[in-house]
Amino acid sequence: MAEVVLKSVNKMYGNVQAVKDVDLHVRDKEFMVFVGPSGCGKTTTLRMIAGLEEITSGDIYIGERLVNELPPMDRDIAMVFQNYALYPHKSVYDNMAFGLRMRKFPKPEIEKRVKDAADILDIEMLLHRKPRQLSGGQRQRVALGRAIVRHPQLFLFDEPLSNLDAKLRVQMRVELKRLHERLETTAVYVTHDQVEAMTLGDRVVVMKDGLVQQVGEPLELYNQPKNKFVAGFIGSPAMNFVEISIAAESGGLWANNAAFQIKVPPAKLEALRPKVGKQVTLGIRPEALQIANGSTPVESSFQASVEVIEPLGSEILLNVRCGTNDMVARVDPSIRVKLHENIRLALDPARLQFFDSDCELAL
Amino acid sequence: MTSDALQRERVHVSRLTRALENEKLLAVALLAPAVIILVLFIAYPFVMAIWLSLTNLRVGGVGEFVGLDNFIKAWHDTIFRTVFWNTFFYTFWATVFKLALGMWLALLLNRHFRMKRIIRASMLLPFIIPTVLSTFAWRWMFDPTFSVVNWVLYHIGFITVRLPFLSDGDWAMWCAILVNTWRGVPFFAITLLAGLQTISPDLHEAAALDGANAWQRFWHVTWPLLMPVTLVVVVFSVIQTFSDFQLIYVLTGGGPANSTHLVATYAYQLGVGTGLLGEGAAISLFMFPVLIAVV
Repeated sequence: MAEVVLKSVNKMYGNVQAVKDVDLHVRDKEFMVFVGPSGCGKTTTLRMIAGLEEITSGDIYIGERLVNELPPMDRDIAMVFQNYALYPHKSVYDNMAFGLRMRKFPKPEIEKRVKDAADILDIEMLLHRKPRQLSGGQRQRVALGRAIVRHPQLFLFDEPLSNLDAKLRVQMRVELKRLHERLETTAVYVTHDQVEAMTLGDRVVVMKDGLVQQVGEPLELYNQPKNKFVAGFIGSPAMNFVEISIAAESGGLWANNAAFQIKVPPAKLEALRPKVGKQVTLGIRPEALQIANGSTPVESSFQASVEVIEPLGSEILLNVRCGTNDMVARVDPSIRVKLHENIRLALDPARLQFFDSDCELAL
Repeated sequence: MTSDALQRERVHVSRLTRALENEKLLAVALLAPAVIILVLFIAYPFVMAIWLSLTNLRVGGVGEFVGLDNFIKAWHDTIFRTVFWNTFFYTFWATVFKLALGMWLALLLNRHFRMKRIIRASMLLPFIIPTVLSTFAWRWMFDPTFSVVNWVLYHIGFITVRLPFLSDGDWAMWCAILVNTWRGVPFFAITLLAGLQTISPDLHEAAALDGANAWQRFWHVTWPLLMPVTLVVVVFSVIQTFSDFQLIYVLTGGGPANSTHLVATYAYQLGVGTGLLGEGAAISLFMFPVLIAVV
């Protein structure tokens, strides 16, 4: 059981700065997920925590201990690799027992721990097999088993599900979550898949270009993104962004665009008043767009034409065009619209988000 | 060309094409060159050697069939026994040193460092210099009178009497092993390096996290995964070393007092040097069962 603290951690590769001033506090027993596009520094950060990469500057603490100079084996951590990194010449049992043998555990204890882990992961019948005789999902379980037999203070996961097919990935995601609840060990998990991040993480760290963009609980990131990048990265389909200008008219503020005019909701008035006459970016979640009905006020609706219809069963995604803006609306599956039909879309004013067009911070 | 001639040409071409469409014919056509070369240059000399070993042929004479006499004679020949033992001794130690040094070099070269490519390439130098040339250079370095090694050691003050590099039997054997090792290490190093590069670095990281130190990582991860490559190189090297000829021929000529003679050089000396073709062939064939066993 341990918390992990990163203080102004930096990593340079020659002249390239891969990780910039990362400050982070992973709480005890927390499942923390690092997410971001490739090259954002998430894996480098994880590897620095593991001790597989040197830290250029800054401090990393695991538990109470400063681990900057500690070799990986002395950090009391276990890591699951993207390609599993199972020893191909050892049986599943020996793969799982290896770490304990290196640490000179007595034989009965090793046997007990491996059996227990195999039981938890449901791989008892595979113990005598070699990794090449296992399917991707089974290898993944063995890799997990090798990590949990050690009873480490901290689990590190480096995109462990990315080599699995979509169905298995969903299944393993649930199992990982269950496993974490059962073991109550602090975990740091790296992924580029925001759905994985949202479903697994107690909290999520969004990174881009080596910088932490936002740290928060999944819904907090979804509903209150700190900047346009987080807003666009979290959520699928992604948030719609529309460039608008703010105008003050008839006692209120209006978000204007060549194709529509929408009234700014009262909650945002304060933040947007300084932006009158300027460009800002309007962010609209796909589910904040619905087909308008008779009672929809004109000031929160606009005309659009349907370009593509994606019926997904539980919902329909409408790709619509409004002036020069392409947007996606997530609507009820019972709704019937035709291709190229002109429809009226209603906005949920409470769910509109505005971002500064220059610095991209949320307003 | 008249249209008739064109027509005939076309028919001709299509007949050849059709013949090659037949897989059996095509197989024969494609295999024939290789089989002819193998028969001419490998099977014929080999069968000839077996035949010679069963005769008492001498240079310029007509041999008669003598059965296994040559083999029996060789077996009772004390020089041959020394030679046979020498060959095992030479092969064993040269292979052990080549493997150990080659592995060490491969592990070093597998790291990242400046001018990696140039250094990797330059390591192959001993391998690409013709054996005869490089062995001549070594022979000079070990020369009883002009040895540069003796000169240096003497002037540093390490020795007061010249070392008998090639004039003492034991010394000469170890010198031959040294030269063979020097020449063979690059092949081991490069092949093992190629093997090392197929091992995922993740495995080392996983082992490091599992608590294995550098030696344990080598022993539990690298070495077992490198085993297939190692076996191939060792088999290759054993075959080459066991049947080594040039190096001994140039360095010591088998001396002093047969102490560095190997099967190949002794067979040559008897067969070509003395003209006893039959006996020479019989001796060289003693290598055959050993090499078959190795393979």
